[in-house]
Amino acid sequence: MREVIKSLGRYAVVRAVFLVLALIVAIYITIMIANMGGALDKIRKAEIRQTVGMMILANPEYRQLPPEQRLELQERMVAQEEHRLGMDQPFFPKRSFQYLSNALTLRLGWAERMSSDAGSRQVRLIILERLPTTLVLFGTANLILFFLSVFVALFLSRRYGSLLDRLTIGLAPSSAAPGWFYGLFLILIFAATLRVLPWGGLIDAPVPETSLGYALSVLKHIILPTTAVVLGSLFATIYSWRTFFLIYSSEDYVELARAKGLPSRGVELRYILRPTLPPILTNFLLVLITMWMGQIVLETVFQWPGLGRAYYLAIQLQDTPVIIGITVIFGYLLAATVYVLDFVYAVIDPRVRVGAGERRS
Amino acid sequence: MQKWLAGLGNVRRYPSLMIGVVIIALFVSVAIYTPIAIPRDEGIRLWRGGENVWGENPKYAAPVWFDWFTKDRLPRTIIVRLGDGGTETAEVTNGGMKRVEISLPFQYVYDGFPDELKLFTTGSPEVVGRTVAISWETPDGRTIVLQDNRSLKKSDTYYISQDVDLRARLSGMAPAVGLFADPDNTEKSLKGDYRLLLTAEVPAAGELDAKFIEYGKIHGVAGTDHRRRDLIVALLWGAPIALIFGVAAAVGTTVLTFILAATGTWLGGKVDRVFQWITQVNLIIPLLPVMIMIGYLYDRSIWTMLGIVIALNIFSSMMLTYRAMFLQAKESPYIEAAQAYGAGNLRIIFRYLLPRLAPTLLPEFVLIIPTFVFLEATLALLGLGDPVLPTWGKVLENAYSGGALLKGYYYWFLEPSVLLMTLGIGFALIGYSLDRIFNPRLRTV
Repeated sequence: MREVIKSLGRYAVVRAVFLVLALIVAIYITIMIANMGGALDKIRKAEIRQTVGMMILANPEYRQLPPEQRLELQERMVAQEEHRLGMDQPFFPKRSFQYLSNALTLRLGWAERMSSDAGSRQVRLIILERLPTTLVLFGTANLILFFLSVFVALFLSRRYGSLLDRLTIGLAPSSAAPGWFYGLFLILIFAATLRVLPWGGLIDAPVPETSLGYALSVLKHIILPTTAVVLGSLFATIYSWRTFFLIYSSEDYVELARAKGLPSRGVELRYILRPTLPPILTNFLLVLITMWMGQIVLETVFQWPGLGRAYYLAIQLQDTPVIIGITVIFGYLLAATVYVLDFVYAVIDPRVRVGAGERRS
Repeated sequence: MQKWLAGLGNVRRYPSLMIGVVIIALFVSVAIYTPIAIPRDEGIRLWRGGENVWGENPKYAAPVWFDWFTKDRLPRTIIVRLGDGGTETAEVTNGGMKRVEISLPFQYVYDGFPDELKLFTTGSPEVVGRTVAISWETPDGRTIVLQDNRSLKKSDTYYISQDVDLRARLSGMAPAVGLFADPDNTEKSLKGDYRLLLTAEVPAAGELDAKFIEYGKIHGVAGTDHRRRDLIVALLWGAPIALIFGVAAAVGTTVLTFILAATGTWLGGKVDRVFQWITQVNLIIPLLPVMIMIGYLYDRSIWTMLGIVIALNIFSSMMLTYRAMFLQAKESPYIEAAQAYGAGNLRIIFRYLLPRLAPTLLPEFVLIIPTFVFLEATLALLGLGDPVLPTWGKVLENAYSGGALLKGYYYWFLEPSVLLMTLGIGFALIGYSLDRIFNPRLRTV
């Protein structure tokens, strides 16, 4: 047992180090892309100019100076500040790495036009404010998707070839369209035509007083986006997982277990579900990664005040620091998703534990 | 021949494959037909040309086939020009002046009322500053004065349907309703021959031209949008663009990934490890945000986007899947045999490894096409659609941001959606059938 924990620990550390390295490279590439247009540079220079201007304005000593002299002073201070921050240095290699460390340590700077609901202009605070709502929607939707898919897939693999099975499998092509696309249809049906569910948003206005009312209101608003996410991938996921279950349930050892007279539920859990979990989780991981991206459009369609919606707003307002900040956060979230699933994978797949540090194949 | 027939019989066992092929064949024929019928530049002109291209179309008009599903005959657009339905009589009066009378008659046979009425007049310099009287004659013989003395300009548009004064005189009814309403039952329109009459006294050398447009509620095969553009242009042009974007991106990603995975696995060692690193890093690069960033900072043309999609998807998660498969295939005895007779790396990869697993690639390839078709729509929905070309995604975006769902212009939203969906399902049907054909383990009994 101690051996197992030790090797698991080593695996966790090795994967973490590797993912951090991958994250550094990924964010660095993002920064390079964002700077090729000189966008970030311009912003930073403008930021310096603004801070210096405010400093001069705030200092009573300088207020007496004639305008030309004050302007000259400002130019001198800007140049000094740019020198201090290394802005007079070439972007590559020195400054690009500085940006990298800023992004990695989440010093994301100040927004140009957006502000958080609490009124802060710090990109970090804007993001922190939106992150929980995104996680609530994303978490709910994907947990439902995962468990629903596993159970339906298992159920269908038991009734292989039945009408229900063929019907569900026939629906697999529906997953060709992404979640937000179904979202539009759901809005059309339930909000525009039937008028039973809200068009979008997080909560009713005015906000309910009691916490129960609050919860119910959020619940009412989360139904459509969650359904949209689930519909967008449900049938394809069921299809591919059912296939895994079918392949594994025709293995000899399953037949043997059945022949021994083990209860079918036990056979399912121990002999079918267990060995299929690793490939299913890999599959789910890839679904999750695509889903993070879909979040931007989904939140836009449903006016869900999360990170994706903030990203969309930032594009519309052309607020580059926020755009880059959220891109970095998406990078972190992706890395975290990969890591958590890698770890779960290690726990459920003994083979990974033996070959700690090696990629699964 | 017999083999072919047998093959055909085999295909018949997969009706979904047949349906998918028919759907895709339809889209492909539209995609081939469109650039021939509406060349690219013409398409762009029709989509971005400005008021003089679509000024005569009604706004927010539903497709004409809506008429088939309603009991009533929905109003269509009627355009009466001088010389095209309209007549002009001139009568010389004293003082070098003439009395011009322009009559614009038309027949209104529809139930319900139009949305907009406009009268366009143009005049030569001599008539500018003179006045014109405009009146409206209904089938039952009433005459409604629209304007007593409207001053003539070089070019003038009289928005009859927005005339507040006229509205008051029509006892509060909107002019587009009041002018057509049956006096006994104002809920219904009065059908028959109407006439718009313009009379003016102008210098004898003066020229006056007039055009009356009654904007209907239905227009064209696909209807029109908020800018009066005929949607059919975008719906037709969307087909080749969606197909090219989807297929090119799918080829660029799956095929390249496949070849690279085979190469990496076969060569092993450093190459393999580097490929795996790139894949791991690539998994963490947030694809859509990066694409949005590029679209916003640099260039949002659809071809740039295509290039980026391919570049960011070569080392996608499929790399891991393919690698696992090639690792197995690599150990097969026939590969060993090939090595034994001295086949080179290239030969082994392209002649032995790739063909062996190509059947698994094909369904994957077909299934991934819709993802990219919808990616274009996603980008368009975020306002990063191609700046010039009309695409389905852009129509969807217009409909979404134009409040088509809120205001009930469902056709506007449904048309691009249904096309996207049908194309997606077409590819998916083929993909899943191929999956079952090439992976016999999944064949339904």
